[in-house]
Amino acid sequence: MAMLGSINGVLMEGLDGDNSWSLKDYVARGGYAQLKRILDSKMTQEDVISEVKKSVLRGRGGAGFPTGLKWSFMPRSFPGDKYVVCNTDEGEPGTFKDRDIMRYNPHAVIEGMAIAAYAMGANRGYNYVHGEVWLEYKRFEEALDQARAAGFIGQNILGSGFNFELFAHHGYGAYICGEETALLESIEGKKGQPRFKPPFPASFGLYGKPTTINNTETFASIPFILKMGGEEFLNLGKPNNGGTKLFSVSGHVNRPGNYEIPLGTPFATLLEMCGGMRGGRKLKAVIPGGSSAPVMPADVIMDCTMDYDSISKGGSMLGSGAVIVMDETVCMVKALDRLSFFYHEESCGQCTPCREGTAWMYKVVHRIENGLGKPEDLDLLNSVLGNIAGRTICALGDAAAFPVQSFIKHFGKEFEYHIEHKTCLVPKDVQWAGSGFHKIPA
Amino acid sequence: MLEIEIDGKKAQVPDGSTVMDAAQQVGVYIPHFCYHKKLSIAANCRMCLVQVEKAPKPLPACATPVTNGMKVFTHSELAVKAQKGVMEFLLINHPLDCPICDQGGECQLQDMSVGYGPMKSRYTEEKHVVFHKSVGPLISMEEMSRCIHCTRCVRFGQEIGGIMELGMANRNMHSEIMTFVGRTVDSELSGNMIDLCPVGALTSKPFRYTARSWELQRRKSVSPHDSVGANLVVQVKHDNVMRVLPRENEEVNECWISDKERFSYQALNSDERLTKPMVKQGGEWKEVDWNVALDYVAHGLKDVCREHGGDALAALAAQSSTVEELFLLGKVMKGLGSGNIDFRPRQNDFSSDSKRAGTPWLGMRLAEIKDLDGALVVGSFLRKDHPLIAQRLRQAAKKFTKVSLLSVTGDDQLINLHARMTVAPAQLAAALAAVVKAVAEIKGVAVPAGVENATVCETSKKIAQSLVDGEKRAVFLGNVATQSADATQLHALALEIGKLTGAIVGFLGEGANTLGAHVSGALPSGANAHQMFEQPRKAYVLMGVEPEFDCANPQLVLDALNQASLVVYMSAFKHAPALAYADVMLPIAPYTETSGTFVNTEGRIQTFNGVVKARGDARPGWKLLRVLGNVLNLDGFAYTSSEEIRDEVLGKGAEFVGGLSNELSGVAISLPTITANGLQRIADVPINFADPMARRAPSLQQTADAVAPTARISEQTMAQIGIADNGQVRVKQGAGETVLVAKADNNVPAGCVRVSAAHASTAMLGDMFGSISVERA
Repeated sequence: MAMLGSINGVLMEGLDGDNSWSLKDYVARGGYAQLKRILDSKMTQEDVISEVKKSVLRGRGGAGFPTGLKWSFMPRSFPGDKYVVCNTDEGEPGTFKDRDIMRYNPHAVIEGMAIAAYAMGANRGYNYVHGEVWLEYKRFEEALDQARAAGFIGQNILGSGFNFELFAHHGYGAYICGEETALLESIEGKKGQPRFKPPFPASFGLYGKPTTINNTETFASIPFILKMGGEEFLNLGKPNNGGTKLFSVSGHVNRPGNYEIPLGTPFATLLEMCGGMRGGRKLKAVIPGGSSAPVMPADVIMDCTMDYDSISKGGSMLGSGAVIVMDETVCMVKALDRLSFFYHEESCGQCTPCREGTAWMYKVVHRIENGLGKPEDLDLLNSVLGNIAGRTICALGDAAAFPVQSFIKHFGKEFEYHIEHKTCLVPKDVQWAGSGFHKIPA
Repeated sequence: MLEIEIDGKKAQVPDGSTVMDAAQQVGVYIPHFCYHKKLSIAANCRMCLVQVEKAPKPLPACATPVTNGMKVFTHSELAVKAQKGVMEFLLINHPLDCPICDQGGECQLQDMSVGYGPMKSRYTEEKHVVFHKSVGPLISMEEMSRCIHCTRCVRFGQEIGGIMELGMANRNMHSEIMTFVGRTVDSELSGNMIDLCPVGALTSKPFRYTARSWELQRRKSVSPHDSVGANLVVQVKHDNVMRVLPRENEEVNECWISDKERFSYQALNSDERLTKPMVKQGGEWKEVDWNVALDYVAHGLKDVCREHGGDALAALAAQSSTVEELFLLGKVMKGLGSGNIDFRPRQNDFSSDSKRAGTPWLGMRLAEIKDLDGALVVGSFLRKDHPLIAQRLRQAAKKFTKVSLLSVTGDDQLINLHARMTVAPAQLAAALAAVVKAVAEIKGVAVPAGVENATVCETSKKIAQSLVDGEKRAVFLGNVATQSADATQLHALALEIGKLTGAIVGFLGEGANTLGAHVSGALPSGANAHQMFEQPRKAYVLMGVEPEFDCANPQLVLDALNQASLVVYMSAFKHAPALAYADVMLPIAPYTETSGTFVNTEGRIQTFNGVVKARGDARPGWKLLRVLGNVLNLDGFAYTSSEEIRDEVLGKGAEFVGGLSNELSGVAISLPTITANGLQRIADVPINFADPMARRAPSLQQTADAVAPTARISEQTMAQIGIADNGQVRVKQGAGETVLVAKADNNVPAGCVRVSAAHASTAMLGDMFGSISVERA
């Protein structure tokens, strides 16, 4: 089953057959009708883009940049190859929504990409699939074969004269390849390292050609936006936060998984859909948008609705919609230890602040967690992260800095306790009990 | 033009400039590591972060394009805080081993840490350790923990060297610079990476631990190793040359030199130096004083002249001799009544000697190569013969220049070639004639006489088209073309292309002072470099030449030398084979120990001074020849300085020599008839065997470019003559033979055997491009 729950579901609605991903099922659900309509009616590129603009679809990969606006940056009249690239390099800890889209509704992505290509005058596309989700990559390849055989991609699509070749490309699991320019480098066969911007991909992208990169969920939303109309899609959510969004809920809830809900739904409702807190324990903190989003304490998040603006007002970001729920049994130092290890490990090593700084932060946090913290460490961490954030080539430096900053800001007491007492504020047996995995030693 | 204000200083900069460019223009220094003006922008060190008005974050000056009206602050609080933050990051894992680091004293990180580094580190975790690597005899990668990952070396390989030999492997702080699975760094330009490395990660293996940078005196010099005349800084300690570095001259060598130029200095301090005049008496070599030696020489030469006439005397000089040396040698010879002097020991075809309109040269300035729309290089082992010209063509080819190569092997030049033709040496003229014919056909004019029968193929058409299109085009004749038996025909054919298309015709130039030799009176009025040995003479003067390695046909030369009654051998180095045929050995000073002048292939006059005292009793060649002139009682040897000689030869204050022209008169094109029977030899002069200094530099002799010659034959030809890959073969030319290992190499044209010259194992062979026989040993 694709979704554990949904409210006004769009993308993942009606996917209950065993073969929901197949072309037959997709067409039966009304798939490829929008592509056909656009091509048959010779809808102008401007009209397609304006429909997307109307929907206020914001990029689902994390940055939340308005998709229609991004598409309008593409130099449509540029002669020669232009690319659309789908970013399915879903590597952010806590995020697993694109995997389900690829698994259950890959044709929506294909149709979305074809429409995007039409709107931007692109003739080639790539879907870059995260290296650790092989099954989905294979399934997407199968879906591509079906779509190609049915004439939905390839040369002279549906007799319209519009050509769009689409390929899948899988990575090898590097988190940094989810950064759009590192992803382009990786497709080109180079080491996945972000490029310095400017120039932006819209002018100098894949193989130096104009390129637009969107998230899987963003592309998958496109056919539905065109089907229901931009305005209706917008009205599903709230102003400036159009449509529904997939949330990957993980952590201490009873039913972790993917949920599709309209933007603007209160967090409390989402938590309820997930069956509430596991073991009835108290909510302690939530990372609302994937591991790089700043952590929010329980009282703040409970007042928020799940949309870009509200979460941003609450001091974090909606990001990719990966909601990591932590209850009172969590040691925040240990949680941060794991997070900062991830960013240290996944830094590409290209630019100095990130390469050196993420390792330094991890070493200090790790030291605190293991009882070797020093009183000046929190100031040190704040200073180091200040030297990383905003100084790097790509956003990974910021992504590594925000968790540290927010954990210390909201849960500084736990860190201070750790430094002073050389152990966790949350007793070990409580942590073990909460984890659900550890057996309390007799 | 865009207007920008940096730290209050206003400037107008061209569109597309970066903040770093603008800062350099207004004279504001922005600290940096990864930025280098000759390399692509990486923006990875982040040291050059500056504050830009209205930008929320500090921006890297190296990568931020200037926008009109931009205001930049390089020393504001925000900028300095960012720079200091980066400096701290760079230092946390950098070992504190400056006292034992070779880069100490000339380290950008060290210098910058004085300005931006903290007094005390806040970093208390353990430092990261990176394993050392072995990448060959030139570059030391012993302390890779010092690396700050600026990737200058990587970009150098990709962009300047043309081959990515170093790369950054792994992620995060585990990133390290390495070669691909333990390979060595073999580029002929690799030493430049040592200069580029801003820290002590890549250091010079030969120089390591021999001196501290502050003990060294920096002296200017000019490279004697190839026709570019790279400008050098020779660093000296206690009258020893400790190392050689490039001196920036955008017009000549930019900021690069080849490894041959960088590491050959090792020979200067070696035991191989000839430091005492020596005379053979009764078959025994004796060290003697200069006056004894010069008396002996003067008497010997006079005796020969008296008994047999001036024509019984001949002199051969190396092309790395200075203008002053060549001029005085010519004067001595003239004084003795001999016109038998030459400086082109590898040349075969001298028929253009009386037909040249002027001094052959590049036809343009080196710096103009980048402006060419099309270039055809004829007969050249380009990368190895002219590493810096190859580099310029490589850069040009990346932009818009269509570079084509017509040569005798298919070696990878690491240039994005527009077209290439690889033919047997005997076919070079025919292949070039095909280009001439194709050009005429494209132009729709009559096919010039003599090339009517040339066979035009697709490639020759493609090359021809590239020489017709565009504003500025050139045909360059390389060393193979100069040394070929058809040199004059190749020259005439190139001129024919020039006539038809307006393309410039030029010579890449064989040696450091080829042009200087042409204008210094070292051209023969009597026997040339071939004739003087073909009809053996009674006495020979050799200056800087090692006949076994430096002559087109060592066999012929050695036979002549062995029968001569007097051989005067002037050299900076001991040369064991010369002990057999020489009668006098005179130690002359190499370029570091004498003043002198080289004229490079673009006609640029470059005078240099000695940087150290002459070793032992060695003396500058010009002084020796002046004294010899005096001892011989010849007129006009009253010079007191080398400058005086130079001014007499080249004119006072001249920057370029005059009379440059590649035109020929009275040469009719007549393609050589090819008698295709048997195998033909292709002899390259391997870069690290090319001159007496390189031959004696231990580090260069361990490089991949210094492996012993093999007999390289295409698989097809191997099968035809029944030879197995890696098998031992007996290679014969005339009376000489040697046993080599056969190697399959499909870069060698069919019917040819590539056997390098200039090596002891092949010195007994004959003509570089003559016929050769190969049989199983």
